Amino acid sequence: MRDSFVRVFGLALVLIALVAAPAFAQDPEPSDDEVNRIAKQLYCPVCPNTPLDVCSTQACAQWRATIREQLELGWNEDQIRQYFVEQYGDRVLATPPARGINWLIYVLPPVVIIVGGLLLLRTIRSWIGTNNGRLVQEELLPEKDVYVNQLEDELRRRESG
Amino acid sequence: MQSGLDFQPGPYIRRQDEYCQWLKGGFLNTFVVPNIGLFSLFLAFLVAIYAAVAAVFGVRQQNPKWIESGRAAMLLTFPLLSIACVALIFLLVTGRYEFKYVASVTSDTMPTYLRITSLWGGQAGSLLFWSWLMAAFTGAVGLRKWDRDREFLPWVILVTMGTLAFFLLLVVFIENPFARLWQSLDGSQIAAPFRPRGAVPLFPSDGIGLNPLLRHLGMIIHPPMLYLGFVSYVIPYAFAIAALATGRTDARWIKLTRRWSLVAWLFLSLGLILGGRWAYDVLGWGGYWGWDPVEIAALMPWLAGTAFLHSVMIQEKRGILKHWNMLLIILTYALVIFGTFLTRSGVLSSVHAFAQSAMGPLFLGFIGVTFISSVALLIHRWSDLKGENHLDSVISRESLFLLNNLLFMGILVICFWGVLFPLISELFTGQKVTVGPIFYKRATAPLWGGILLLMGIAPLSVYGRTSWQRLGSALWKPALAALIFEFILVVQGVRSIAALIGYGLAAFVAFVTLYEFWRGTKARRKRHKESFPTALWRMARRNRRRYGGYVIHLGIVLMAFGIIGIEMFQTETQATLAQGEQLTLGRYTMVFDSLSEWDTNEGRNVARAVVQIYREDKFLGELYPRRDFYYASQQSMTIPGVRSTLEDDFYVLLVGWEPIAAQGTTFKVYHNPLVNFIWMGGFVFILGTLVAAWPERESLPSRKRVSTRGALMRA
Repeated sequence: MRDSFVRVFGLALVLIALVAAPAFAQDPEPSDDEVNRIAKQLYCPVCPNTPLDVCSTQACAQWRATIREQLELGWNEDQIRQYFVEQYGDRVLATPPARGINWLIYVLPPVVIIVGGLLLLRTIRSWIGTNNGRLVQEELLPEKDVYVNQLEDELRRRESG
Repeated sequence: MQSGLDFQPGPYIRRQDEYCQWLKGGFLNTFVVPNIGLFSLFLAFLVAIYAAVAAVFGVRQQNPKWIESGRAAMLLTFPLLSIACVALIFLLVTGRYEFKYVASVTSDTMPTYLRITSLWGGQAGSLLFWSWLMAAFTGAVGLRKWDRDREFLPWVILVTMGTLAFFLLLVVFIENPFARLWQSLDGSQIAAPFRPRGAVPLFPSDGIGLNPLLRHLGMIIHPPMLYLGFVSYVIPYAFAIAALATGRTDARWIKLTRRWSLVAWLFLSLGLILGGRWAYDVLGWGGYWGWDPVEIAALMPWLAGTAFLHSVMIQEKRGILKHWNMLLIILTYALVIFGTFLTRSGVLSSVHAFAQSAMGPLFLGFIGVTFISSVALLIHRWSDLKGENHLDSVISRESLFLLNNLLFMGILVICFWGVLFPLISELFTGQKVTVGPIFYKRATAPLWGGILLLMGIAPLSVYGRTSWQRLGSALWKPALAALIFEFILVVQGVRSIAALIGYGLAAFVAFVTLYEFWRGTKARRKRHKESFPTALWRMARRNRRRYGGYVIHLGIVLMAFGIIGIEMFQTETQATLAQGEQLTLGRYTMVFDSLSEWDTNEGRNVARAVVQIYREDKFLGELYPRRDFYYASQQSMTIPGVRSTLEDDFYVLLVGWEPIAAQGTTFKVYHNPLVNFIWMGGFVFILGTLVAAWPERESLPSRKRVSTRGALMRA
C-alpha cells in the first residue's frame, strides 16, 4: 500500500521538479553505483542471506527501483533504510539492531571468549604451581631432534632388551 | 535440495497399456536393478546395526568371536553400499525418471558425467554418498592390523557403525533415493519405494535436471571433498571414545589417528577452498566467501579440527591437555553432524521447515545423544586424564598453543552463535533477523589477527618456559624485516591502518617461517657438509610434520595477502552501456563491443557479450561475460569474464536480471586486487598438508620403536 503511495507521490514530485527545473539546479538521475551502495547494506527479505545489490529475483529488482526513486526524491541513506525496516522488518538489515533479545548476539561471544581466557590463565598458572622436580625439555632444534631420538631409541632398546 | 513433490516435468505416461508395454521393454532396468539397490541399502542398514550390537555384546560377554563377527559385518557395509550406489548411478545414467530422485536431479539434456555426479547433486543421493564414503573409511579401519589395539576394536565398531546406521536410517526411511513417483487416488503426487494403496505409478518423460549452479567442476569436486573430510573425522572420534571406554587414556589413540585427522583436515580444507573458488566463478557477486550459514556449517568443524591438530602436538610432546583434546575431538564430531544437519534439514531457510520432515528432529536427537554420552564418558574418566607435566613460566610453547586454541574457539563461538541466533530469534520472538558478513568480519578480524601473530611467535618459543629475552632475540630479525616491509607499503601509498596491521602480521609470519627454514638448513649444512638444497630437502624429510606445518603456515600467509587485498581494496561499478560505450574502474577501461544471444540444444539460452579491456589506453584483450538461462529449471546463471593476473582480477558480469540487449546492457565490474594469492596460498596449503601427512618411508624402525615402548608399558 504504502509502497505504491510513495511511488505515486514520488512520481508527482519528479514531475513537479521537471516542470520547475529551470528554477533549481539539475539533479541528475542516481547512478547504479549510488543505488548499489545502499542496496548492499540491505538484505533481500525473500531469499535468505542475499544482499539486495546482487539478488536476481524480480522482487529485488523492484526494491532497487524503489531505492532509485527515493534517491531521486532526495532521501538520505538512513531514511531509505528506515523505510525498508518499516516495510519488511529487521531482517532487511545486515546485522540485527541492538535492542531486546538481539543484545545477546553482541554480548555472548565476547563474554564466552573472556571467560575462556580467564580459564586459560588459571590453567596455565596451576601448571606452574605443580613443579615436581622434573627436568624441563629445552626446545629441540631439528638437528638435535635426530640425535636425541637416536639416543632415546638406544636407551629404550637397552631397557627393553 | 528439492524436497517438495510439486514439479511438472512434462507429460506423464499413465495409461495402463502403455505402462505394460513399457514394462516389457525394461523389466531388468525398471525392477531388478532398483530393487537390488534398495535391498542392499536396507541390508547395509541392518548389517551396520548388527555390527554395533555384536561388538558391544562381545565386550560384555568377553567373547572375541562376537567382536570378530562385528568386524566382518563392518567390512560388509562397504560392498553393500557400493551396490546401492552403482544401482542408483545406473538409474541416473539411464534416465529412469519414475524415480523421484532421478527426476529431480537429471534431465535428458544432461551429459553422462553430470548424470553420474548427480549422485551427490540432491538430498537423498548426498546422504547415500555420505554413507558410502563412511563405509569405505570404516572398511579401511577394519582392515588394519589390530593385534596391539584389540581392546579399541569393539568401541571403534560401535561408534562408526552407530553413525553409519543413523545415516542409513535417514536414507532408507526418510530420503530414499529409490523412491518412485506415484499418483494417489485424490490426485496428489507421492514418493515411496513401494506402491501405496490405490496409487498409480507416474512416468515423467523428462526430469528437472541438476541445478545449473551445480554444473561446475568446482561444485562436482567440492561436496565429495567436504564429505571425505567429514567422514574421516569420525575415525579419530571413534578412537577417542574407544580410549575413554577402555580406560587406555594415554596418547595411543592420538598416535593411531594422527594421519586420519590430518587427512580429514586436508579434505575439509580442500573442500572449503574449492567451495570458495566455485562461488567466485559461478555465483556472480565478485566474492569467494559470503559468510553464509551453509559455508559456516563447513567452517565450524574445520575450526575445531584445526585447534585439535595443534593441541594434540602438545599432548604428544608433553603429556598435558588430555581432557581438552578429548573435548575437542568430541566437539569436532558433533560439529560434523551439526553441519550436515544445518545443510540437510532445511532449518536454515526457516525454523518451521525443520518440523516438516522427521529429518531435523532425528538429527538433533542424534547429536544430543552422542554429545551428551561422549561428555559423560569423558567426565567418568576425568581423573585418569590428569596431566603429567608442568611449566616453569607463563610464556611457553604450551601456553601459546593454548592461546591459539582459545582464538580458534573464539571464532567458532562467533560462527556458531551467528548461525544459531536467527533461529533462536525466530523461535522466541517470531522476528527473523539477518546476521550478515559484516558481523562475522568485524567480530572475527581481531581473532584472525591474533592467530597470525601466534603463528609468528609460537614456532620460536620453547616447551616449558620461554623468557622474553630469548623470544626477543629469536624474533627481532623477522620483526625488523616485517617493519621494513610495512615501510615499503606506506611509501607505496597504503594508508588503511587495518590493512597495514594485517599485511605486517602476515609478512612477520612469512619471515619467521622462512627464517626457521634457513636456520635449520644452515645448521644441517654445517654438520653434514651438504649443499643448500640437499640440506633443506633432507631436513624437511626428517621432520615432515614440522616442516609440512611451516609450509601450511606459508600457504596461510599467501591466502591472508589475498584476503586482505580483496576485502580492503575491492572496488566495483555498475553501468548500462550501449554498443561502443565504455566504463572506467580505476586504471581499467571496458568497451562494450557486441552481444549475441542463442539457444543451445540442451535447453539453455545463452547471452554472451564481447567487451574489450584497456589499462591506461593499452589494449589487454577481450572478455566474454555470459548469462545462461536454463528453461527447465527457470534458473539463470551468470558466468563472469575475468582477466586474471597475479596483481589483480578484472571481473566483468553481465547483470542477468536487467534486460539484456545490444542497445543497452548492464554490466557489473569488480576490481579484485591480489585475489589470486588466495588460490595460490590454497595450493601451497594443500601441499604442506600432504608433506605432513605423507607416510614415512622409514616406517619400519619407527614401528619397532613404538612396539618396544608398548612392551615397556605393558611390563
